Amino acid sequence: MMQEAVIQVRNVHKSFKTVHAVRGINLEILSGQFVALLGPNGAGKTTMVEMIEGIQKPDSGEILITGKQWKGHEKEFRRIIGLSLQETRFIDKLSVFETLRLFASFFSLGPQRCEEVMNLVGLEEKRQSYVVNLSGGQRQKLALGVALLNEPKILLLDEPTTGLDPQARREVWMILNKLKEASSTSLILTTHYMEEAEQLCDYIVIIDHGKILKEGTLKDLLGKSSADIEKKQEYHGPPRNLDELFIELTGRHLNE
Amino acid sequence: MNKLRNSQLWQLILANARELLREPAVLFWGIGFPILMSIGLGAAFTKKKDVTVTIAVIGHNHLLHSQQDSVSVIRTFLLKNKAVLIIGKDGTISRELNVPDEKLGGTTYIFRELNWNTAMTMLKRGNLNLVIDENQGHLRYNFDPMNPDAQLIYLKFSKLMNDPDLIIRPSETEIQPLTVTGTRYIDFLIPGLVCMGVMMSCMWGVSYDIIEKRSKKLLRRMVATPMKRSNFLVALITVRISMNFVESGLLVLFAWLVFHITIQGSIPALLLFFISGNAAFAGIAVFLSCNTSKTEIGNGLINLVSMPMMVLSGIFFSYHNFPAWSIPAIQKFPLTMMADGVRSIFIEGAGFAEIIVPSVIMLTIGVIFFTAGLKIFKWH
Ligand SMILES: Nc1ncnc2c1ncn2[C@@H]1O[C@H](COP(=O)(O)OP(=O)(O)OP(=O)(O)O)[C@@H](O)[C@H]1O
Ligand SMILES: [Mg+2]
Repeated sequence: MMQEAVIQVRNVHKSFKTVHAVRGINLEILSGQFVALLGPNGAGKTTMVEMIEGIQKPDSGEILITGKQWKGHEKEFRRIIGLSLQETRFIDKLSVFETLRLFASFFSLGPQRCEEVMNLVGLEEKRQSYVVNLSGGQRQKLALGVALLNEPKILLLDEPTTGLDPQARREVWMILNKLKEASSTSLILTTHYMEEAEQLCDYIVIIDHGKILKEGTLKDLLGKSSADIEKKQEYHGPPRNLDELFIELTGRHLNE
Repeated sequence: MNKLRNSQLWQLILANARELLREPAVLFWGIGFPILMSIGLGAAFTKKKDVTVTIAVIGHNHLLHSQQDSVSVIRTFLLKNKAVLIIGKDGTISRELNVPDEKLGGTTYIFRELNWNTAMTMLKRGNLNLVIDENQGHLRYNFDPMNPDAQLIYLKFSKLMNDPDLIIRPSETEIQPLTVTGTRYIDFLIPGLVCMGVMMSCMWGVSYDIIEKRSKKLLRRMVATPMKRSNFLVALITVRISMNFVESGLLVLFAWLVFHITIQGSIPALLLFFISGNAAFAGIAVFLSCNTSKTEIGNGLINLVSMPMMVLSGIFFSYHNFPAWSIPAIQKFPLTMMADGVRSIFIEGAGFAEIIVPSVIMLTIGVIFFTAGLKIFKWH
């Protein structure tokens, strides 16, 4: 059976005054697929994701959600998309539960769903705490919870674990892995962390300077790349992980 | 009921109200500050306080008893009135005379013996306004006729000197001090403070709030949901205007209890007018905040708009002190319009007939700015 593509990105370009942030990206994300956009600072990840989210408009190219354009379907898409932005600060003096309640109301959802989400992201103990008093990790979890409120068909997370300690990061991964087992949600997440892409995603897209350098499953990526590199460089054996692959592709470290 | 509680408009209103009420500073600036201001200014200008004036007396012999041979009108006057002799540690000689006055406030005169040069120096520094020198029973008053304080002291003191019985309470019958409710400074001030409060509250509560939420990327996050954009603004404005009702109500209540101010005109008209004024400033506030995500710029814009109105619109003193040509322009400011209208209801007993035109104008101002702001509103 042919799987339905929930997101299609065709030859999308986007420039700001002096920066050509996205230069001709093509993507196709299937239902239930988890995709990582991996790239260093300034690669164009946020710009790309925000165009898919309908927050920014591409200069050229086409973005289709469930086969349809953003134009004219905004209302419909907003109901099926859940997202977290790279940096959002919620209202300082609202509690965790009140914040969830506020966002739930936008989807016409009641308090019951808020309870569920609070348990899902493990913030029950912080129910009454004001957002301003949460730790960085707890805020990220709240942002994730808000993204999950409407049981989105499409989930878009921009650096959901940046700045978290390894323990908190693993907790977020667990939440997302559970989601993967339990639903057919499609996920695009951006990250600097190889490990995150390896752990969570079945398809990995490496971008830099607004272009896709390489894409495929983890296995594909680690298997194929050696052949390209052999010609240019001395052969060191195939890269054993994404970090090495990235250095081979760009000559730079990902986290620099 | 559950449906209402889950509705986005209700949840937005709740969120805004919580945000507001949980910020103690907001309550202070909204409620405490106007009341403190009314106490300070009201007390300073409403009840005439006792004043102390210093009068320089040139030359020797006028303040001390001993010189019997020479004639001195001032000495006779001071002795007869039992002015208290005070000799300072540094040898300065002065006499103090207190003239009580229930209605206009008492005056304490301090007569200081000085030579001409010292007297002039003190005059230039503003330490005294009147210099008397006496020559054989002939009194000469030296003062700057352009200085109203000096004129006043001269008039008061010369009246006292010319009174055959010397101290009797002056003006027992002739002066009727106007402290009737409605003509005092506090009656002028309170409606002005109410209007200024509304303006500031809309500027900071609506404008600044929107800009801050935009800079936190919260606006962007919210419009990435099915939230209706109008609901966001309606909730913010609703909470702010409700808060303004509470703040203004408390201020008026306070002024009624402490200064016995009353509302002479129609209260329903006042409510309508108050809502129109709020609408005008809420509209302006949305317009101001529609495009920037920098709180510093927001700060500047708010000051740019509110400062001139605070100074020119006759909040603390009547704008009729400004040049005549500028008055028609001043009267077109929303704050002037609101303050004039609220004052006319409070003090002059105005009703719907008097305020309906400015009410409609202010509502229109609000709608125009709101619509224009919404057209260019940056959500991202
Ligand atoms: N609003 C904007 N105006 C001007 N330039 C922008 C804007 N947004 C992004 N850019 C530029 O576009 C390029 C891509 O930015 P983007 O935020 O998409 O990178 P990113 O991959 O998300 O980086 P990071 O990992 O640091 O989040 C950068 O060079 C950035 O400076
Ligand atoms: Mg980014």
